[in-house]
Amino acid sequence: MGKPRGQMYFASDPEISWEDVENLSSTTYNGAKVLLELLTEEGVEVIFGYPGGSLLTLYDALLDSPIRHVLPRHEQTAVHAADGYARASGKVGVCMATSGPGAANMVTGIANAYMDSIPLVILTGQVPTHLLGTDSFQEVDITGMTMPITKHSYLVKDAKEIPRIVKEAFYIASTGRPGPVLIDLPKDVLAAEVQNSNPPKLCLKSYKFFSKGNPGQIEEAAKALAQSKKPIVYAGGGVITSQASAVLKELVEKTNIPVVTTLMGIGSIPTNSPNFLGMVGMHGTITANLAVNDCDLLIAVGVRFDDRVTSGLKHRFATKAKVVHIDIDPAEIGKVVKSHIPIVGDARLVLEELVEKVVPPETEKWWEQLLNWKKQYPLCYEPDGHLNPQMILEAMGTYSDGDSIVVTDVGQHQMWAAQFYPVLNKRKFITSAGLGTMGFGLPAAIGAQIAKPKSLVWLVTGDGSFQMSIQELATTVQYQLPIKIVLMNNGVLGMVRQLQKMFYNERFNQIQLYSNPDFMKVADAYGIKGIKVESPEQVNEALKKAIEIPNPVLIDCRISPDEIVLPMLPPGKAITDILGGNE
Amino acid sequence: MKYTLAVLVENKPGVLTHISGLISRRAFNIESIAAGYTEEPDMTRITIEVEADDEYELEQVVNQLSKLIDVIKIIDLTGQDRIHRELALIKVKASPKNRAEVINIVEIFRAHIVDVNKETMIIEITGEDTKIEAICELLKDYGIVEIVRTGRIAICRGPRPAKNV
Repeated sequence: MGKPRGQMYFASDPEISWEDVENLSSTTYNGAKVLLELLTEEGVEVIFGYPGGSLLTLYDALLDSPIRHVLPRHEQTAVHAADGYARASGKVGVCMATSGPGAANMVTGIANAYMDSIPLVILTGQVPTHLLGTDSFQEVDITGMTMPITKHSYLVKDAKEIPRIVKEAFYIASTGRPGPVLIDLPKDVLAAEVQNSNPPKLCLKSYKFFSKGNPGQIEEAAKALAQSKKPIVYAGGGVITSQASAVLKELVEKTNIPVVTTLMGIGSIPTNSPNFLGMVGMHGTITANLAVNDCDLLIAVGVRFDDRVTSGLKHRFATKAKVVHIDIDPAEIGKVVKSHIPIVGDARLVLEELVEKVVPPETEKWWEQLLNWKKQYPLCYEPDGHLNPQMILEAMGTYSDGDSIVVTDVGQHQMWAAQFYPVLNKRKFITSAGLGTMGFGLPAAIGAQIAKPKSLVWLVTGDGSFQMSIQELATTVQYQLPIKIVLMNNGVLGMVRQLQKMFYNERFNQIQLYSNPDFMKVADAYGIKGIKVESPEQVNEALKKAIEIPNPVLIDCRISPDEIVLPMLPPGKAITDILGGNE
Repeated sequence: MKYTLAVLVENKPGVLTHISGLISRRAFNIESIAAGYTEEPDMTRITIEVEADDEYELEQVVNQLSKLIDVIKIIDLTGQDRIHRELALIKVKASPKNRAEVINIVEIFRAHIVDVNKETMIIEITGEDTKIEAICELLKDYGIVEIVRTGRIAICRGPRPAKNV
């Protein structure tokens, strides 16, 4: 039986029962309380979490903490919500889950954040230290499982270590190339009494990153730009992370250089800017792809030459160009495409120096060519009297302003959103780019709406993706998050269907979502407003109505399964093989 | 081609798994890996031999390894003026009848006998891997029962330590 209260004992003592640990934890200054104090100091306002056995002490301490807790309905969506929060706010997202299945459920969410370089601190519960490695109840080796998908991870063995580890974790997650950092917290460590919680000075001698680029290299880049006849900027997520949008705008204004972006880079330059040629890559605009193929100077900023951009053909990508690659992560330089002028550094700081040094090049002829392409290959669709997804996205744009955020799921609707929804600002287009995680949308929209309570938050999703996180409708209701969900409902897994149609001779398999629920009834069951849209004439009214309602709204748009995403540059094909040109 | 890397890391749990995991995930083959304490109490030195197509490919793996938070420094020792050694313990069949022959081989290679019984003896040998392979080749005729090798370690000549290079 438990020892009497008031007596000194140590939580790591194997003699002690769980009951003792819990009795001890609510009265003493323990690891959990220290942890929450440190999170408050780091400026954490909200944690997306899901409780469980090994986190009981932490949830107990949370009752006395100013930090807000949001309860999504799955551990994976807790990570996506923190991820959406981080993308919308620029702050570190924090999420937590219990040991075992709770932690394991987070894996996809962590991988998603890792691929897109999103700063997260993930707290996982763990079995008490004396049970570690014994296959005890709800035990998994989460630091081991997440090793390749975290920037760093910690297994805390002693509560005294908590202050140092928390400080390091936030620093590592948010600096350099950001990424998720995981802290695994055994139950007894959270409950252990702590005497002194003064955080030590940050001492990470082996962790370093470059901020300022090499001035000589920047000089070289400026020279190359001044001499170039067909320059182009290829901007990615790094521009947004490093807050380089303003200086990118300066560069564009000073040099009249055209810009293409990656999926992650959408919003780094307003999509209505005359210098913006569109997204580059598999479903990018033909103009953007032709321009990259033909340019003589490619200024790649905060990008990693992903195979969705290069078509997996690194030796045939921008072959006529001198490549300037600006990135804070030295491992990205030369990973895929060799760069002639590599600059390791923070995109904003490097561009600031570049803008100062550059002499505007002569680009009149280049622009003549680009405008010709733009005219010849506009991004378009044929309004055929049916409800076209593209027109819905364009209409959504007319109801949006610079503060509106659009979050997408993964699939055809994601690409249509990237192509047709006008994004006017950074951190306003939130999408799972690198990992392509279906089910990301709704929880990420929840995170974004919590980060920006006053902004209009759209979620563009498909009936496949939506049903991977549909339980989160409850979260939107519980926290009164007025997200406007635009469901592109075609009854199929559209992107897979498109690929089977185009490359597998229409041998369709497992793409039909038979027995989809009546989404109006689903909305009703969760207590939110549902609006059905079946024809083009209903679009504007539905969107207008949705915005007027101060609560979450589900707009069920019945689109045709035959809609496809064009243009399309098939993987392994060169620009000349692009599908969906007007010729 | 084979490359030798000296990886200086923080002496923390999991760091060896982290490094070997990353190398194999990026599809490089580890030929040998040897870790041990150094002149600094909180620093471990890991000597890794990897097979890579060329220096460009090696650079990729070095860049990726450098990103690990616990990695302090990576030094490419390939092609540098260096000494490398490996230690092997070889258990070989040696009956009283042919023991003298085995001892003879051991002496030629300047190895040591560290244990002996009626049927076998254990030979300790240090040197470059070619030397170890050469003695194994000769001992094969007597019957090698067991071999254990440490993996290659390497150090540069000259007064400067690798960490200051």
